[in-house]
Amino acid sequence: MSLLEFDNVTLRFGGVVAVNQVSFNVEEGEVFALVGPNGAGKSTVFNLISRIYDPAEGDIRFDGKSILGMKPYDMARLGIARTFQNIELFEHATVMHNLLVGRHRHRKSNFLTELLFTPFVRSEERRHREAIEKVIDFLDLQVYRDKYIAGLPYGVRKIVEMGRALAIEPRLLLLDEPASGLSVEETQDVAFWVEDIKKQMGITVIMVEHDMHLVSAVSDRVLALADGKTLSLGTPQEVQSDPRVIEAYIGTTDENEEVLA
Amino acid sequence: MRTVFKTSYDADINMFQHGYQFGWYALLLIIALVLPFYLGSFWLGEMTSLLIWSIACMGLMILVGQTGQASLGHAAFLAIGAYANVLLQQRLGLPFLISFPLAGVIAGICGALIALPMARLHGIYLAIGTLAVTILVDDFIVIAAPLTNGVQGLFAPAIEIFGLTIDRYRTPMHFYYLALAVTLLVVFFYRNLLRSPLGRAFAAIRDSEISAQAMGVNIARTKAISFGISAGITGLGGALLGHYAGIFNNETFNIIISIQLLLAIVIGGLGSIHGAFFGAAVIAMLPQSIAIARDNLNWLSGSRAFSVPGMETAMFGLILVVFMLFEPRGIYGRWLKIRTYFELFPFYRKDMFRRQKSYLKTERMR
Repeated sequence: MSLLEFDNVTLRFGGVVAVNQVSFNVEEGEVFALVGPNGAGKSTVFNLISRIYDPAEGDIRFDGKSILGMKPYDMARLGIARTFQNIELFEHATVMHNLLVGRHRHRKSNFLTELLFTPFVRSEERRHREAIEKVIDFLDLQVYRDKYIAGLPYGVRKIVEMGRALAIEPRLLLLDEPASGLSVEETQDVAFWVEDIKKQMGITVIMVEHDMHLVSAVSDRVLALADGKTLSLGTPQEVQSDPRVIEAYIGTTDENEEVLA
Repeated sequence: MRTVFKTSYDADINMFQHGYQFGWYALLLIIALVLPFYLGSFWLGEMTSLLIWSIACMGLMILVGQTGQASLGHAAFLAIGAYANVLLQQRLGLPFLISFPLAGVIAGICGALIALPMARLHGIYLAIGTLAVTILVDDFIVIAAPLTNGVQGLFAPAIEIFGLTIDRYRTPMHFYYLALAVTLLVVFFYRNLLRSPLGRAFAAIRDSEISAQAMGVNIARTKAISFGISAGITGLGGALLGHYAGIFNNETFNIIISIQLLLAIVIGGLGSIHGAFFGAAVIAMLPQSIAIARDNLNWLSGSRAFSVPGMETAMFGLILVVFMLFEPRGIYGRWLKIRTYFELFPFYRKDMFRRQKSYLKTERMR
């Protein structure tokens, strides 16, 4: 059984069909990439999995169970973590606090015990901090631990956001353009981290990415979308050489000839 | 500049980051404890008023500064606290030690219930929605005259705790210590909140609801809890305010009080306990300071030229405008800058506290 099943999903915004009968399965332990030109519906697929949008048709199943009856905040508890295309960190908090919010899913205390800060709350806090310390070590964020997000450079923010998603200890990680705006070196780091997330942590990754080098370096399978429709699904090599994908990115030969003529 | 070496997780969890910090707050506590022995009854009363306003400001600060939800409805929760406390004593004959915490709980429950419809609103719409709450409670007090005694108001009896009489005029020192004890308790709760998951969930909602939700924070429920805790603490402040005022009616908790509370925490510095205290100092001390300054100026000039009606409101507005323009982070923000200047001397840079422009935000979904 696949970890995530996207079953014939359609989403409409008024007359615009943002996602049109898209189906795909993501197997446990693979890195699955979504590619496509702007407006293809890649981020919309993420927002469908995060339950921000309700599909008009079709079903989305996680671990065999439909998630359509669940609330957006239930997704973290199920084990689905995500990052955002336009970094959505908590600006007026430190890196450590941002990561600790990722541990919210593991909160066992309630507001009364927290107001009194009982020994149980303290021992839980220690446990959370131990867990995020592992994330900090993994992503080399030690120097930024107590820094406020508001003062951090863009590249670090991207990585902190990835760390926050990892702090959830998810089964499925959704990375929305993890390398956009990063330098070549930083992109290479991201490639290594995605490899390690898959191999060491055993987390399944779905990623939206424009950088085809990164996609072909780390992903097992690629789904190409255009105008909300599935273009091609297969290994990175297969998808990259698919004439329909080339057509979507560059345009048809006829059109090219027209332009040239 | 001080470097703190952290050798355990507790270093981050503990209430005080290092010994010096503990020392300073211990000193402040000792000053607060011995103050009544050095102050006359007038200034002791003013200090008591400052503490009571600090409690109310801390209540509002949890909602506005921590959770990022504006409220112009907090005079209503002051009123609910004050009325609940006195009515529980008069009608049910409960002692203060029971009626006081119950008044906080009642105000808290009211706050959480009001949050259920209000939590869907944002920014200016939320402010206007909560403004309606203040007006509704004001009217309700007048309409429910058989219970609340309407515009005639309620008379708050002297507090008796284990045979100890606490009355603002007869035993001002006792009243001061009562207010101080409640203030300390609220500070304790507030600090605990900041270092626990709930406090972080509040901050998450303040900074980005969309990602707070992705982290598993139930937005509607967390906002309701925030409204509840905030209203509960403000209700405790209201209960003390009722005893402090001696007699109160619907006019005691009108819309001006709501606005003043909100202005106070902005002037004090949003998002910090210190800010609540600084803001409370401004609203508690400003009327007296203006009165004293006016009397001195009148006496100096030998005329009554400075007895202008409406001076207080004008000064309050002026102070707010000055802060908005020159120090949006409030008094506490200014204090942080001064402290950093001396800590880093001579390496302080002018733009150190300048906010970096934040990057593009995700557009609101749905």
